[in-house]
Amino acid sequence: MNRILSVIVNNRMGVLNRITGLFLKRGINIQSITVGPTETEGLSRMTIVLNVDSERTTEQVIKQLHKQIDVLKVFDITEQATVTRELVLIRVAVTPQTRAEVTGLIEPFRASIIDVGRESLTIQATGRTEKIDALIALLRPYGIKELARTGITALTRDSDTVNEVARLNKANVVVL
Amino acid sequence: MSVSTPQHRPGPAAGAAVLRGASMLVEALKREGVEVIFGYPGGAVLTVYDALYDAGIPHILTRHEQGAIHAAEGYARVSGKPGVVIATSGPGATNLVTGLADAMMDSLPLVVITGQVATDLIGTDAFQETSTLGITMPITKHNYQVRDVAELPMTIKEAFHIASTGRPGPVLIDLPKDITNAMGLFDYDRPVHIPGYQPTIVPNRLQIRKIVAAIKQAKRPVILAGAGVLHAGAHEWLRKFVERVRIPVVHTLLGLGGFPASHPLFLGMGGMHGTYAANMAMYEADLLINIGARFDDRLTGNLAHFARQAKVAHIDIDPAEIGKNVETDIPVVGDAGEALKMLLEEDATPGDYADWVEYLLNLKREFPLWYVPDGKTLKPQRLIEMIHQMTAGDAIIVTDVGQHQMWAAQFYPFEKPRRFVTSGGLGTMGFGLPAAIGAQIAARDSRVFAVLGDGGFQMTLQELIVLTEYQLPVKVVIVNNTALGMVRQWQELFYSERYSQSLMPVQPDYLKLAEAYHMKGLLATTEEEAERALREALATPGPVLVDCRVTPDELVYPMVAPGKGIHEMVGVKP
Ligand SMILES: Cc1ncc(C[n+]2csc(CCOP(=O)(O)OP(=O)(O)O)c2C)c(N)n1
Repeated sequence: MNRILSVIVNNRMGVLNRITGLFLKRGINIQSITVGPTETEGLSRMTIVLNVDSERTTEQVIKQLHKQIDVLKVFDITEQATVTRELVLIRVAVTPQTRAEVTGLIEPFRASIIDVGRESLTIQATGRTEKIDALIALLRPYGIKELARTGITALTRDSDTVNEVARLNKANVVVL
Repeated sequence: MSVSTPQHRPGPAAGAAVLRGASMLVEALKREGVEVIFGYPGGAVLTVYDALYDAGIPHILTRHEQGAIHAAEGYARVSGKPGVVIATSGPGATNLVTGLADAMMDSLPLVVITGQVATDLIGTDAFQETSTLGITMPITKHNYQVRDVAELPMTIKEAFHIASTGRPGPVLIDLPKDITNAMGLFDYDRPVHIPGYQPTIVPNRLQIRKIVAAIKQAKRPVILAGAGVLHAGAHEWLRKFVERVRIPVVHTLLGLGGFPASHPLFLGMGGMHGTYAANMAMYEADLLINIGARFDDRLTGNLAHFARQAKVAHIDIDPAEIGKNVETDIPVVGDAGEALKMLLEEDATPGDYADWVEYLLNLKREFPLWYVPDGKTLKPQRLIEMIHQMTAGDAIIVTDVGQHQMWAAQFYPFEKPRRFVTSGGLGTMGFGLPAAIGAQIAARDSRVFAVLGDGGFQMTLQELIVLTEYQLPVKVVIVNNTALGMVRQWQELFYSERYSQSLMPVQPDYLKLAEAYHMKGLLATTEEEAERALREALATPGPVLVDCRVTPDELVYPMVAPGKGIHEMVGVKP
């Protein structure tokens, strides 16, 4: 089953390595991982999609993520109300005959053509994974020459994560 | 400890001095109360060693970086304080890998400093450059590379904090050479502020009450006590709790000494070579209270048969251990000592299980650990017993890995904590001799025995010279069975006696080796000779090496064969 984890980490050298190393050690395959800065300076959000065999594995992964000193928060957002998006770039083969057909086909997906070549069109689309999958399936018969997907990034709806991290930052300063 | 908010972080203290990076390190080590450093110099740490030259912190020069880190582990295990290691970049750092992995598995606090090539050379495959950070990431609790000398003091302070709090572990600081040379402000008085690291120390009282209630209802309770009890310094609390609730205690290998072995409620070590009573107690229990053990597979055997009828309560400072291997009914995150104190506060009282305790104590009487003297050869178990008798059970026993390690755990009953130093989780051959160096330094006035296999001894024997050089009176006992005994045992039992690469009939002359390293060497081939040799070793002020030729084909029993349940022990009786 797929699980989506949203992880807030310090934006430091090696953090990605720490996180992926943890999956490597447990032999877990990462479906996709996206990383980018958050609204708070110095913090990044990783959105990780994992394929795991059991609840127990998910629980263990979350605990191990928590143990990382550069990890501030881990949310399993699989079952939460989220906004998830991914972006895809597709170069699809076209002929003078199919060009218009393809253009019409992608319209309901609110995809756009960002590059036009003699024998191909490059299409950009964003959306939920199912939508992207559907678009790819529709275009496949024309001949997909190249394809790049970002993997999903996500936010929970009406998320409280920002406040949560701010609270963490304030509390618990240990004076030795 | 007190709590403040980062907004009010004090600025640099009025007297904060401008220092060179290397001097900052030395100053920080002094501020942390470091009594000894284990290390080995090289190009990338020359500035550090220059600063150490007249710093007044004792430094033990081992003969291999692996020796340095195992010595630091031995020191940490016995003293409870972080062991400090310094090594150079490249090969110096890679030679530490085994020790880091060992300390990580056995939760030993270490602060390890590695040199690194100068920052402008990083990534150029410079001489002796290696990605120490990348290599050590999965085998450290945390690691750092300092890129700015201004960050050095707080990095060291954080490293000591992380290594020694929560579940202890090794923390590594990679120090580029130019950083050790650069000048900066040494401000060590700022509070440590690590938002992503806040171990839970005090357990949830409601969970503790659930344990109290479970004890009241239990008919067959047992306590499994691990190294968490020792790390927490909770042995006295454990004894008080056990005496209050009258529940028998099983120890893990690394927990030994947390509960007095002579106590009537002690069932012995559990697991692969544990006692029958200990394993049957865990097998049949209806309540298993795990205090600071991590349900390692060498303890549990086949999980399908482990504590299947039991309600499991698990007290651990590391939440990731709870539910990892064994499903847990009452999870308690916190320090073992705090949890035990709270259990006493909450008036834990015994339930109705006196018959069960009687049954287990009967098993203990009926199935003691055993061996059969043959009147000719020196039995390795007898050798351990003799060491026990001659040291009145009060020595620090450091072992290597293999059969002798199991015999030491079985036949040297420990009454007190921090007396048994062994590599549990990683099972690192070569650990014993260097760890004994660290143990003796941590406890100058204690008797330290290094009980080693002939195989493991030969992995790090170069450290013998350290005993001579620093006059450390460690008694090195080689349990010499001219074989990689534990491998040989598995081949005898599970591989049709095909002794593939496990026999070592050609051995060095250990007495000459002792002589070459300027220490007394003694030979024992029979029980009488062993008795005499051990007496002489004890009467000799400095280090002594005793080559004990033991019964070559002796097996460690009882045993849970791999894949079997803990109730399926073989060799429970002669
Ligand atoms: C570094 C390392 N290599 C290999 C092993 C596998 N191993 C476990 S026990 C053992 C035999 C140890 O032989 P020895 O040191 O003579 O001790 P004995 O079992 O005979 O008491 C071996 C090879 C190990 N634990 N560590």
